Amino acid sequence: MSGHASNYQPKSAFANWFHERLPIMDMVQGQALDFPTPKNLNYFWTFGGILAVMLLVQIITGVVLVMHYTPHVDMAFQSVEGIMRDVNSGWLLRYMHANGASMFFIAVYIHMFRGMYYGSYKAPREVLWMIGVLIYLVMMATAFMGYVLPWGQMSFWGAKVITNLFSAIPWVGDSITTLLWGGYSVDNPTLNRFFSLHYLLPFVLAGLVVLHIWALHVVGNNNPTGVSVKSSQDTLPFHPYYTMKDAFAIVVFFMFFAFWIFFAPNYLGHAINYQEANPLVTPAHIVPEWYYLPFYAILRAVPDKLGGVIAMFGSILILFALPWLDTSKVRSGNYRPLFKGFFWIFAIVCVALGYLGSKPAEGLYVVFSRILTVYYFAHFLVILPLLGLIETPKPLPSSISDDVLAKKRPATAAVPAE
Amino acid sequence: MSTAEHAETNRRDFLYIATGAVGAVGAALAVWPFINQMNPDASVLALASVEVDLAPIAEGQEITIKWRGNPVFIRHRLPVEIEAAKAVQMGELKDPLARNANLPESDPATDVNRVVGGKEQFLVMMGVCTHLGCVPIANEGDFAVVEGSAKHGGWFCPCHGSHYDTAGRIRKGPAPQNLAVPAYAYLSDSKIRIG
Amino acid sequence: MTLLKTLAIAAASLVLSFGAAHAAEGQTPAKGINFSFEGPFGTFDRAQLQRGYKVYKEVCASCHSMHYVSFRNLSQPGGPEFTDEQVKAVAAGYTVQDGPNEQGEMFERAGLPSDRFPSPFPNEQAARVANGGAYPPDMSLITKYRPGWYGTFNQLINGIGGPQYVYSVLTGYTPDDKVSEELKKEQPEGKYYNPYFANGHWIGMPPPLSDDQVTYDDGTKATVDQMARDVSAFLAWTAEPKMEERKRTGFMVMIFLGILALLLYLVKKKIWANAH
Repeated sequence: MSGHASNYQPKSAFANWFHERLPIMDMVQGQALDFPTPKNLNYFWTFGGILAVMLLVQIITGVVLVMHYTPHVDMAFQSVEGIMRDVNSGWLLRYMHANGASMFFIAVYIHMFRGMYYGSYKAPREVLWMIGVLIYLVMMATAFMGYVLPWGQMSFWGAKVITNLFSAIPWVGDSITTLLWGGYSVDNPTLNRFFSLHYLLPFVLAGLVVLHIWALHVVGNNNPTGVSVKSSQDTLPFHPYYTMKDAFAIVVFFMFFAFWIFFAPNYLGHAINYQEANPLVTPAHIVPEWYYLPFYAILRAVPDKLGGVIAMFGSILILFALPWLDTSKVRSGNYRPLFKGFFWIFAIVCVALGYLGSKPAEGLYVVFSRILTVYYFAHFLVILPLLGLIETPKPLPSSISDDVLAKKRPATAAVPAE
Repeated sequence: MSTAEHAETNRRDFLYIATGAVGAVGAALAVWPFINQMNPDASVLALASVEVDLAPIAEGQEITIKWRGNPVFIRHRLPVEIEAAKAVQMGELKDPLARNANLPESDPATDVNRVVGGKEQFLVMMGVCTHLGCVPIANEGDFAVVEGSAKHGGWFCPCHGSHYDTAGRIRKGPAPQNLAVPAYAYLSDSKIRIG
Repeated sequence: MTLLKTLAIAAASLVLSFGAAHAAEGQTPAKGINFSFEGPFGTFDRAQLQRGYKVYKEVCASCHSMHYVSFRNLSQPGGPEFTDEQVKAVAAGYTVQDGPNEQGEMFERAGLPSDRFPSPFPNEQAARVANGGAYPPDMSLITKYRPGWYGTFNQLINGIGGPQYVYSVLTGYTPDDKVSEELKKEQPEGKYYNPYFANGHWIGMPPPLSDDQVTYDDGTKATVDQMARDVSAFLAWTAEPKMEERKRTGFMVMIFLGILALLLYLVKKKIWANAH
């Protein structure tokens, strides 16, 4: 589509020689600099760039931490303490990596909810959305294995509980957990393979991100109106407009990131993980990292072991079907009065599930977990399909530029707003 | 009009340059921890020195100990080895400097400068060939003292054929320097501390 | 404006679901005493760390190991900052097992600054046998893994209260004659009542401190309260020895990012001025 046309003209004999052999500058010019981008993107659209940067931060800090880490049950905890105490700036690198994981998930959740609100998963962006869901799944696996590596109490027991999920699979479950562990419990072979995979998966992620961006550049960005780009009036070149906007957003996000690193570096983790793993003593409450909590609540809401596992994985896999579950032709939630309300209810349900996931599985917590789990699935399976049929959307602007102009006019006429 | 426009352009350019400069400085500062982390960490820098008891080492015998990850040769030299080393003229040496961490850098590579005066029978030096870091073999090479079928002293590096004499000085082959003598001191008559 | 509002709501709700730890059953929240190292600008009080070290060495060290800390750490910046000579003397006061020597035997020698603090027991089993079945935990990280209190916002504002936990356990014993008859019925053999203790109210450690147990070099009066405060501060340092460097770096990073963000905002505004 439009994104593929480039005005690249080699400016020197060498550039021309190189261009004929590898037209990479042409691609940079067309895809990264001149790429026509809707002119009305708000700051929620900066989270894609923020996520790319966070992936880079995690890979770089991770590669560096590996230079000092020892993946052996007898030395893992000690080597992490060595990083914290002896390695030059080791504390900084480790806190960046540990808090970076949380920042990555905060950004990915904002990015996903943005896509849900503005209908970014709808045609022609279904594949773009599904690659995104795949990225999210791989991210979860990567973060889970990374959390095991320091070999603290929560590392060990988290690994044990999560790998035990697979034992719920009928007939082959026990064989699968034994295979995952490489033994009769989570032990040195488990730590070794998690380390290997934790190093591998980020590069798989990077590959998926390339596909994600490729798919984005085939169909172009969605935008807050949800109306497709109609003419060059609707777009601006990516550079310098969005490079500078993204750069500003990234630096602001880094300030948020830096707050955790330097002033509350252990708040997002579990205190008990500073106690070395002990296979004989389970901590009083095993709670996963905050970004898994909603799914943990769904797991525990179902009173059956296999049922819980299916519900938990189902709650993520259902996102793959989202483009076909939402029957409305209108993309943006801004023009869907009913959807807007249900979107916010859904967002609150997700947060509430997260809260319940952090609480012990007893009494009222279980009751609420069950109600909200049912609602979670109902949102996708009942509410979204029905809304498209019964809802009357607000009139859409005829084009993006019309919408931008309409918003500017009252502001200039009336008292100048901010 | 044009002056105002000009001023506007200047202000804009200044803003861009300032932002670029601040960003570049930040990037440079942020890179440093990622490089510096590869330098020896605090536990490595604090590594203990090694104490060695020389009494059990018989004349003509050599022991190898590990210090800071490298082998250190401690040789109790025979009188013939010391004589052979002392007989060497300075002009014959490939590397005229003592390479002794306990002495000023410019001191010449006389035999006495390779050891501690009065304790000349004990030669303490790094077992690391100054060519590319292999461990030389003792009692080998063209500069060992030959007595019948026995060879005494001298080192030969099997990797690339460097020959060291009975004071550990490079005499032949690709190595550029004499085997380094580490910083060490006598704690008592027969005990030294390396490092 | 809506964006800001949404982000604020999102942030608040995320924070709500964070830090979801729970008090172990019946644990009394630690006493909320203040330390010099709290807050974004707080630093350790060197004299207090030096006193705390003395309490650790003369009281705690007979049962509790501290095996992630080396003698050399005592002189590093941001800690008690003993002089190198003092550290050498401290280290030399310990006997450390080393070896094997040329005869293939392990031998004992005086400690060096590069050595870690030797553990009082050779292994966990030996420690349990010597302490009536209870295992005296390692002290290096205790203030980082034992929260003194819970609550999502509480921990965000006040930290997890690890040093306060140590202080509260040390000063929180209920004397035997004050323990109610009802409680005494469930008293396990050789355990003491301490409501602040994390694993139930009964602790295996006898009350370790008594007035003037330690003679401080700086003349501070060694009350139980004073010693408990000092050793808690010392253990906060052993758990997070780079805290001062971290806060200092963080302050500069924040200022730098603030300036860069402002400049980028102006650049962005300037560029977008002619966009529409």
